[in-house]
Amino acid sequence: MSRKSFDSRMSQLKDEVLTLGSMVEQATLKAVAALLERDAISAQVIYERDHLINEKRYAIENAVLVQMATQQPMAHDLRFLAAILEIIAELERMGDYAKGIAKVVILLQEEDISIPATEFQEMSSLTLEMLHQGITAFVNEDTAVASRLPLEDRQVDEFYNRIYRKIVVGMIVNPDWIDQGNFLLWAAHNLERLADRVVNICERTVFTSTGEQIEFDLEEEEESML
Amino acid sequence: MTIEMNIPRVEPKNAVKSKKETHVGASTHAIESLVAKMQINKVSIFYDKFRAVEDITMTIPLNQITAIIGPSGCGKSTLLRSLNRMTDLTPRSHVEGEVMLDGDDIYAPHVDVVDIRRRIGMVFQRPNPFPMSIFENVAYGPRLYGIHDRKMLSSIVENSLRQAALWDEVKDKLDQSGMAISGGQQQRLCIARALAVEPEIILMDEPASALDPIATLKIEELMQELKSTYTIVIVTHNMQQAARVSSFTAFMMINSHRAGTLVEFGETPQIFTNPKNKQTEDYVTGRFG
Repeated sequence: MSRKSFDSRMSQLKDEVLTLGSMVEQATLKAVAALLERDAISAQVIYERDHLINEKRYAIENAVLVQMATQQPMAHDLRFLAAILEIIAELERMGDYAKGIAKVVILLQEEDISIPATEFQEMSSLTLEMLHQGITAFVNEDTAVASRLPLEDRQVDEFYNRIYRKIVVGMIVNPDWIDQGNFLLWAAHNLERLADRVVNICERTVFTSTGEQIEFDLEEEEESML
Repeated sequence: MTIEMNIPRVEPKNAVKSKKETHVGASTHAIESLVAKMQINKVSIFYDKFRAVEDITMTIPLNQITAIIGPSGCGKSTLLRSLNRMTDLTPRSHVEGEVMLDGDDIYAPHVDVVDIRRRIGMVFQRPNPFPMSIFENVAYGPRLYGIHDRKMLSSIVENSLRQAALWDEVKDKLDQSGMAISGGQQQRLCIARALAVEPEIILMDEPASALDPIATLKIEELMQELKSTYTIVIVTHNMQQAARVSSFTAFMMINSHRAGTLVEFGETPQIFTNPKNKQTEDYVTGRFG
């Protein structure tokens, strides 16, 4: 026996998670583009549209709760729904990071500052690729990708450290830029945190598929950044 | 506005799977640490030559509720009825294997079947009070076992009705017919009747399937109270009920010889969140068959 209407509701939920993921991806992409182009108008739009991501998250949460309350999901179905609740919270938070980057663009609009553009560009490409693959791995329950992806977080961290060094050197050379440099670090840090949250999504993917509550433990290495 | 204000130094990280790894439904009270009240060993149940239940081995832990679930015709009621030798009452049926109660096989020669059924009571799907007063329904068993002292019987009746959470509802009408009360009350009366002979195990065969949701929840609540004193085995079609009330769940299914077999036995949270067997998964998620 199949559960046609139940399964179709579950696949609608998958689509909704993909949509939310894509909203976050777009917001981040545009926020980084606005940063590199110093486009405060575009940043303002991203800033103001963050509520759409939040609303989408709550709509999905509500749909998951209805599915739980009315269909009594068990086993894999239950783990899948529990994972969605976690993942949409992660995505909403990532949306806040994009909003934070947009805020930096707005704060820096009048300032004369040099942005480590190449690093930002590459860091955001890598981060967004991780996000894209992470969400896709979740909906396809691809545990191989979900297990491999957290390794890429290390590269994101390396980009962050490169940006950090450049900005700190800039601040040392020109102490008048300390505030602006801080704002830029804030933007880079948001991208770095976004990648960390993709790792959390990967953990939920493995959980959904296997029932194993693993942690892709991020072993800290001592390494000086300057 | 929620923007990360702290900019901590980020350490480069190696992503590796943590050693810390847990599973959903992971053991909270591993069955090994529990006392086995009953041990079912390689039990097969036959009707004539047809093997209806095949080679079941499982443990019924003391003072726990064990649920047996599975699709219709998988032999779960047949298995339950073999646990107090009710199957003896079915013509041309016989049981192979052992059913150990506190270490002694209830199918061994010279076992007193009447005593077995006193120690292992049963509650059926449809409430079946005797056509006599509420008092007499409960006093029936103790009388059968030789208690005739009115005072003692009154005390047994009150205690049993109290344990069955029915006393307050019927204490003023003990002489009324046991069939004149609601279905839910009748089922609790049947539970009180089972308790009156001081059993050790209570077998319940779909005890709430004929009851409305409120009466069902009362029975489930009652089971939770009873398990501190009794060991309970419940057969149910209602998976949510099994999930709600039991600590352990056995999933049975028909095999290729049309005999009921045990597919998976485990702690209830594990069976319903992360079953090991594909057939169990299909059944509990409603995709069986």
